[in-house]
Amino acid sequence: MDMAPKTLETSRSEILSTVDGQPLKKALARTERTKRFKAILLVAPLLTFITVTFLYPICLMLFRSVENPLVAENMPQTLEVLQKWDGKSLPSELAFAAAAKDLAAARKSKMIGRLATRLNFETSGLRSVITGTARKVKKMEAPFKEAMIQARSQWGDVATWSTIKRLGPTIIDVNYLAAVDRGYNVKGEIELRDEDRRIYVSLFGRTLLMSLIVTVASLFLGFPIAYLLASLPLKYSNLLMILVLLPFWTSLLVRTTSWIVLLQTQGVLNDVMVWLGLFEDEQRVQLIFNAQGTVIAMTQILLPFMVLPLYSVMKTIHPSYMRAAESLGAHRYTAYWRIYVPNTLPGIGAGSLLVFILAIGYYITPALVGGQDGQMISNLIAFHMQKSLNWGLAAALGGILLGGVVILYWLYNSLVGVERLKLG
Amino acid sequence: MSNISLPKHAGLVEKCWHYAFVLICSVVFLFLIAPILVIIPLSFNAEPYFTFNESMLAFDSNAYSTRWYEDFWSTEIWRQSIVNSFIIAFWSTLMAVTLGTLAALGLSRSEMPCKGLVMGLLISPMIVPLVITAAGIFFFYASVGDFIPLTGTYLGVIIAHTVLGTPFVVITVTATLSGFDNSLTRAGAMCGADPTRVFFKVVLPLILPGVISGALFAFVTSFDEVVVVLFIASVEQQTIPRQMWAGIREQISPTILAVATILVCISILLLTTVELLRRRAERLRGMLPG
Repeated sequence: MDMAPKTLETSRSEILSTVDGQPLKKALARTERTKRFKAILLVAPLLTFITVTFLYPICLMLFRSVENPLVAENMPQTLEVLQKWDGKSLPSELAFAAAAKDLAAARKSKMIGRLATRLNFETSGLRSVITGTARKVKKMEAPFKEAMIQARSQWGDVATWSTIKRLGPTIIDVNYLAAVDRGYNVKGEIELRDEDRRIYVSLFGRTLLMSLIVTVASLFLGFPIAYLLASLPLKYSNLLMILVLLPFWTSLLVRTTSWIVLLQTQGVLNDVMVWLGLFEDEQRVQLIFNAQGTVIAMTQILLPFMVLPLYSVMKTIHPSYMRAAESLGAHRYTAYWRIYVPNTLPGIGAGSLLVFILAIGYYITPALVGGQDGQMISNLIAFHMQKSLNWGLAAALGGILLGGVVILYWLYNSLVGVERLKLG
Repeated sequence: MSNISLPKHAGLVEKCWHYAFVLICSVVFLFLIAPILVIIPLSFNAEPYFTFNESMLAFDSNAYSTRWYEDFWSTEIWRQSIVNSFIIAFWSTLMAVTLGTLAALGLSRSEMPCKGLVMGLLISPMIVPLVITAAGIFFFYASVGDFIPLTGTYLGVIIAHTVLGTPFVVITVTATLSGFDNSLTRAGAMCGADPTRVFFKVVLPLILPGVISGALFAFVTSFDEVVVVLFIASVEQQTIPRQMWAGIREQISPTILAVATILVCISILLLTTVELLRRRAERLRGMLPG
């Protein structure tokens, strides 16, 4: 579009316009709008795709952690009666009759198994109570209270009824409470679980600790080689860079397998130690299938993510800074610590954050080489997804982990900028 | 760039520091590369062990064999997983490259609103722990299962791998576009080419190195992915990583080392391609002499 003003003599008060007589301001705004629209149009396919197949699924998972339709759908009459229940003594015959009806209906609609499992996650032992009673309920006659307590004595416990009442709402917080080792007691107060069932808080702690160790270890290992790569002439540094990039491109499973081969008791490293005479054949050390094996393998796997940002920052530090410091009388090492290292801080920050973010969500390596004490939070999420099928708890654990990752990612984005992510 | 070499007048302390530094660097490089290299000779072990025996160290030719490679090739399930891995990686790469390149083109325009937020969202599949992504996709596929069956289908795995691959394409192509001279597209338009023609004749050839390395990253991501496959695929979509996973967990056999060696060769091939592309791009931009 031709945007030249009509004539040079146009007075200041007159509105500038294009050749076809439109006000220039309007025409410019329109082109601007078209351009913006075009840019959005280019991004739209991927944004839609990611929203549908990634963001929406994650919301779906988060919703799983609070939704609880099973009890409300399958024990509606019981819940209605229990609404007026004081929660202190056993409920009346009315509640027992309603429960008997609900259980019979649930057995008919084949939902009884899932209902029993759901209640069992909250109070273990309830599975057999529910399924067992449901099997007998058809032959039961009033009064149901005696008949049900006779069938399964747990119906005489206040706890059983309070569990049912507590799981009544369709939106619940028990999954998140369970994820931080807490639960409701009979009185309806939140309290810590029994000592032997407290696993998640310490697991979160261990996950953070292991990720921190991996981050610090890769910083200490990555700093010298990043410095070497940044200082060498390009000819050599390009060659050495391949040694950093090859692990980056090698399959995670291959690298994990290699660590098993290297570190297991009959493995290469132990063989070398015995051969060197450092210790006897019987003294072979268990280096893998425990927490330290996981840390070693994860450090090697994540090290390139530390080296690359460090390298790209070190590349930009001009050597004249160091020369200036030395000419002002600083010793070479003083200059190094007080001038060079502080200048690498952006790289240290970027690399550490990235390694830490990637480490706390690690699953494959801990699962394969972690043994008992090297498991991380992701492993337990996978366990609840695939083995125990307690999807609500898996989603709650995932929600907490995701919250942590999102905060760190936001920090990374505002400190480093996601567009500066380096991939070799 | 500071010079790393030791000055002639260096004192004893400086010399010690220098050699200590070289030693530390060598150890770290060894730490990085040894685990990858050690499995290559071991995969030719004639015995079903995971360590070097005396005859191997003596380079006795009887101690080496290709039996694990033959075992790999003659096992139906391994052959099937190789085919599956290539099919899934090919289609998800194609989708990731198309979507990712378009998005990168839009993101690098100055008119794009909310650039930081959109970029952050598009990169997030790379940052979110795989278990969470896999669980989310699992629930999603289950909820739409009545309309389109995605759980246990090739399409389902391909879509999930596309999600995981796109961030790499977006990052590499955006990086290439950051040095792109926009007057070239205007020049193309002035010569009478329509936008599509300008894209294919002017823009694409210039950003091709970025697109190709993004594609290779997306390919490797899919080729190496196991968590999503574990959550949503059925036996039919058995991939190499899935099969290796099962192998390491259940009956560890040296066949895995043979597979691992093959995978290392593939990654060397891919790395070489990316490095050559990167150097070509740098040379074209005048960053490297010759």
